[in-house]
Amino acid sequence: MKVKKSRDWYIFQAISITVLTLGALIAVFPFVVIISGSLSDNELIARTGYSILPKGLTTAAYRTILRIPQSLLTAYRVTIVNTVCGSLIGLLCMSMAGYALSRKDFRHRNVISFLIYFTTIFGGGLVPWYIMIANTLSLKDNLLALCLPLLMNPFMIFLMRTFIANNVPDSIIDSCRVDGAGEFTIFFRIVLPLIPSALATIGLFLGLMYWNDWYMSSMFISSPAKFELQFYLYNMLSGFEAFKQMNSAAIAESVAVPSETVKLAMAVFVTGPIILLYPFVQKYFIAGITIGAVKG
Amino acid sequence: MKYKKYAAYYLMLLPAIIFFIVFNYIPMSGIYYAFTRFSFTGGLFGSPFVGFENFKYLFKSGTLLRITRNTVLYNIAFISISNICQVLIAVMISRVAGRVFKRISQSLLLFPYFVSFVILRVLVYNLFNYEFGIVNGILRSGGLPPYDFYNKPFLWPALIVFFYLWKNIGYGTVIYLASITGIDPELYESAAMDGAGTFKQIRYITLPLIKPTFVILFLFSLGSILKGQFELFYQLIGSNGNLFSMTDIIDTFVYRSLTFDFDIGRSSAAGVYQSVFGFILIMAVNTIIKKRNPDYALF
Repeated sequence: MKVKKSRDWYIFQAISITVLTLGALIAVFPFVVIISGSLSDNELIARTGYSILPKGLTTAAYRTILRIPQSLLTAYRVTIVNTVCGSLIGLLCMSMAGYALSRKDFRHRNVISFLIYFTTIFGGGLVPWYIMIANTLSLKDNLLALCLPLLMNPFMIFLMRTFIANNVPDSIIDSCRVDGAGEFTIFFRIVLPLIPSALATIGLFLGLMYWNDWYMSSMFISSPAKFELQFYLYNMLSGFEAFKQMNSAAIAESVAVPSETVKLAMAVFVTGPIILLYPFVQKYFIAGITIGAVKG
Repeated sequence: MKYKKYAAYYLMLLPAIIFFIVFNYIPMSGIYYAFTRFSFTGGLFGSPFVGFENFKYLFKSGTLLRITRNTVLYNIAFISISNICQVLIAVMISRVAGRVFKRISQSLLLFPYFVSFVILRVLVYNLFNYEFGIVNGILRSGGLPPYDFYNKPFLWPALIVFFYLWKNIGYGTVIYLASITGIDPELYESAAMDGAGTFKQIRYITLPLIKPTFVILFLFSLGSILKGQFELFYQLIGSNGNLFSMTDIIDTFVYRSLTFDFDIGRSSAAGVYQSVFGFILIMAVNTIIKKRNPDYALF
C-alpha cells in the first residue's frame, strides 16, 4: 500500500470487519450453546430453559454419561473402526484409480472417466440401491453395509486424478520404466510418496464423511450395538421426542429418559474430535476444496 | 509391453470398476420397480407389472407437484443467495486488513461445514423447542408468550435457507477466494494510481474477473436443481408431518415411502422421475455451457 489510504478504504474496512465478525459469531454461536447447555444444571433448564451462559455450572451430565459408558464406547468403536478401515481402503482404491486415469499413455482413460462420471448424472434412485445392498448383497444389519457403499465416489477419484496429474511428472514414470520397474512398484514406490498432501486431503474428506455418517445406520442397521456414533445420538434425540409425543406423564416418570443436558453432553462427545482436529487439518480441506472446484 | 501396462492399469482400476458396477450400474436396472406393484417375495421380475400406475397416482394425488415445487424453489433460493453471499464474503476476506483476522474469520466461517447434520438437529431443536428453547426463553424473559415454531410451516423455508447458508457459506467462499487471489495485483496498483478507490476497484476489477467462476458454479448447480439436500431437511424436519406442506422435497418423500410406508413402487417412481428429469436438465445446462464457453463444459 504505497498509496495513501482513501476514505473508501476506511469505509470498506469498517463494513468488512463488522460483517465478518458477525458471520464468525453466528458460525460458532450454536457450539457455544451446546457446550454451555451441557455444563448446565438439568433442573434449572427444565424450569427456565437454556441460555447462552451455563446455568448453575455443573459437570453432572458428563458424569452421568461416564458412569455407564458402555453403549457410548460401543458406538465410538463402530465409528472409529469404520472411519479408519473405510478411509484407508477407499484411499488406496481411489488413488490407484486416480493414477491409472491420469496416465496419458492409457488410451481408455477417457471412456472409463466418463463411465465413472456418468453415475453422478444418472442413477436408479434410492430404492434399487437399497435393494442391492440389503437383499442382493444381504448386508442388512452387517457392519460392511456402513463401510462398503461409501468407499469411493467420483468427486474424490477425479480430485486424486488432478492431484497426480499436477504433481507426478511423466518423465519420472518413464525413467523408472526404462530401469525396468513394474507398474505397481512405480505406483507404490514413486507415485504415492510424491503426493502426501493429496493423500492427506482426500483421506481427511473421506474420514470426515465416515465420521459424520448416520444415514447408513438408519438404512441398514437394526441392532443398537452396531449403531454409528452419529446415529446413536440421533436415536437418543428422536427416541425422546417420540416418547414425549405420547405425552404420558406417568410413563415419563417411570422410565429413565436422557435429560436435556445429557443429550448436549453427548453432542459434545460426538463433535469433540472434529473441533480438536480442525485447526490442524483445515489447510488440507481448503486445498481440496480449491482444487476440486477447478474441474468438478 | 503395451498389454502388460494396460493390464496393470486395469488391475488398478478393478476395485473402482467393481464398485461402480455393483452400486451404480446394476441398480439402474431397478428402474423397472417403478413400473410394478412391488412385493419382496416376487422380487424384480416376480412383481406384477402395472405400467405407469405409480406415476399416475403420484401425479393425481398432487404429491409430485408439491415435492417438485418445493425442491426447485428451495434450490433456487439456496443457489442464488449462497453464491451472492459467498462472493461478498470472499471479497471482504481478500481485502480486509490484518492477517490473523483474515485467517480466523475464514476458519470460523468454514467450520460448520464439517459438523454433522445430527448436531445441526440438536442445535435447531435447542433453539426453537417450545418448552426450553433459547428463543422462547428470551421471549419469556421479555414477558412475551412462547412461540410454537414446530407447528408453523410458513416459518421453515426461511429457517431452512438460513441453516443451509450457515453450513455452506464457508465452502463456496474458499472457492471464490482462490479465484480472487489469482487476480494479478498489478491491476489494482495501476487502478489505484489512476485514483480508483476500494469500491471502484472491486466493482471494475474483482467482480468482472470472478464472473466466469460465478457463472460456471451457478450453472453447475442449476443442473442439480432436482436433487435435494436430504440430510438438511431430514434432520431439521424429520417426520414432523405438520411441516410437510412447505418442507417435503423429492428426497425426503422417497426416503419416507421406502422406510416408513414400504411402498417400493411409488418410492421408486418418484426416484426415477427425479433421475430422468435431473438428467435432462444436466444435459440442457451442459449444452448451454458448451455453446458459451466450451472449456467449461462438463463433458
